[in-house]
Amino acid sequence: MMVRKAIKRETGFAGSGSAGRQIRQQKQQKSKKWKKSLAGIGFLLPGLAGVVYFTLLPYLEVIRRSFQSAVTSEWVGLKNYQEVFGNTAFRMAAWNTIRFTAICIPLLVCLSLVLAVVLQKLKFAKNFLKSSFLIPVAIPAASVVLVWKVLFHSNGLLNVVIQWFGGEGISWMNSNYAFLVLVISYLWKNLGYDMVLWMAGLSGISTEIYEAAHVDGAGEWSCFFKITLPNLKPSLYTISVLSFLNSFKVFREAWLVAGDYPNPSMYLLQHLYNNWFRDLSFDKIAATAVINGAVVFVLILLLRKAWDSNV
Amino acid sequence: MAKLVKGMVYLPLILLAALICFPIFFAISGVVMSNWELKEYLGPVLGGMDGMASWSLFPKSPTLQSLIEVLMDSPQFFVMFWNSIKISLCILAGQTLFGVPAAWGLARFSFPGRNAVLTLYIVLMLMPFQVLMLPQYLVLNGAGLLDTHWAVILPAVFSTFPVFIMYRFFSSIPEEILEAARIDGAGSLRIFLHVGIPLGAAGIVSSGILGFLESWNMIEQPMTFLKTKSLWPLSLFLPEIGLADVGVGFAAAILMLVPALLIFLSGQEYLEQGIAAAALKG
Repeated sequence: MMVRKAIKRETGFAGSGSAGRQIRQQKQQKSKKWKKSLAGIGFLLPGLAGVVYFTLLPYLEVIRRSFQSAVTSEWVGLKNYQEVFGNTAFRMAAWNTIRFTAICIPLLVCLSLVLAVVLQKLKFAKNFLKSSFLIPVAIPAASVVLVWKVLFHSNGLLNVVIQWFGGEGISWMNSNYAFLVLVISYLWKNLGYDMVLWMAGLSGISTEIYEAAHVDGAGEWSCFFKITLPNLKPSLYTISVLSFLNSFKVFREAWLVAGDYPNPSMYLLQHLYNNWFRDLSFDKIAATAVINGAVVFVLILLLRKAWDSNV
Repeated sequence: MAKLVKGMVYLPLILLAALICFPIFFAISGVVMSNWELKEYLGPVLGGMDGMASWSLFPKSPTLQSLIEVLMDSPQFFVMFWNSIKISLCILAGQTLFGVPAAWGLARFSFPGRNAVLTLYIVLMLMPFQVLMLPQYLVLNGAGLLDTHWAVILPAVFSTFPVFIMYRFFSSIPEEILEAARIDGAGSLRIFLHVGIPLGAAGIVSSGILGFLESWNMIEQPMTFLKTKSLWPLSLFLPEIGLADVGVGFAAAILMLVPALLIFLSGQEYLEQGIAAAALKG
């Protein structure tokens, strides 16, 4: 409006002259831009609608329900949360899940990094070895139940090996060693996956840096610590987050091998969810889903922040 | 000397590879083993025998008896196998139909709320199933879809992980190519169909392979949303086979493993690209 008035004052005619043309062009460009973003929304919308309908809206509903009684739908404030936190099964499951993540993720991330660095340097049989490490990604959990059962039975093959080395057989499934079964399953399944992630990061480092360092007389180790590691930092965030995501999937192996009520040392939050689900304790599940969702969300944010401030 | 040291690296690597692949060798040798041999080796685990289990990767008298038994005499197996195929293919089709355009829209257009949607997709993709279990149950219950295959298919169709992978691939297409098409007068839809899809094909294949492996291996979702056993996929049927029918167990395990392994071997390159797509900073 202001511009138009100014034009009018100057020329006496509105919308004519070069200034008017410019405005028309600007308008056209604006509508073109608008059209373009409308097309983008059009592409996105069908998928987004499904996501909103199947996940987002019901999750909000679950947040609401977590403050209500399951039977009468009365508002009960934080009662469900208090109940969940006071529940011994929840505490045990939460503790096991935290312990599992805290032990397994650093272990997996480091092991797979070592493997990726070593494999990257190989000249012979590199692809063959890579495939062998990656294969567990494709193996359905249900296909290896039998193997797991035969391996970890107290009369099973793993104990045969242990006894052969002069050790004493372990009651894998019925003692605290059940936790170790979880760790082994997780490492087995994800080692190759994380290795491929690391190798993607490694291939992004230009070889020129290494050549320059070699010319300067740097050894393999100092190259690794001074060039490789700092350059892999951006990958670390995504790899930790993806490993974290995959750590929840270890429940499959645990459930397939040990059922709904395994040894307490491998009783995870996922077992708890399923057992509460069977009892239809929706109020407790709602509260737990909110807590769990919030923890995952905050962890991702924290990791991202720690990562951003380091770059 | 230096060569020898370098060669020594292979020893632990090959050992580790053999260890990781052991379950496959184990399952393959188990499926061609006769029932009496299986009982002899695994008696101490199956019950009824003292001592320790043993195993041989090379059966004394290889036979296809268990495999034939499953393929010929257990109609139940075929129902479950078909269920698995149907569920996986429907999920793949749905992810392509809804996910590919969504990924394209997110990658190549700017509109208000785009960043918010992208963040939402990433957060949802990182949420474990258990967090979303009750929400999805409520919707499916409300829509009357519980205990039908749709209950397993529909939420997976709208999972955000495949969208994110394809988004990464679509984002890496150079803008100049699209600009050239635009100057030639191609509209948004034409550019998507004739430029975007061909150039992003690797991403679509990668996400398809990851999606297939994921849905083929699905356990939690059918366990929660399907009550009727005849609707179950193979992944729930396998654990039901008792150790008493160990031969049948091996045969069913192998038949479930084969499609996944074939996909893996034929598309390993794409699988790796798909995994790596999430790794690089963007």
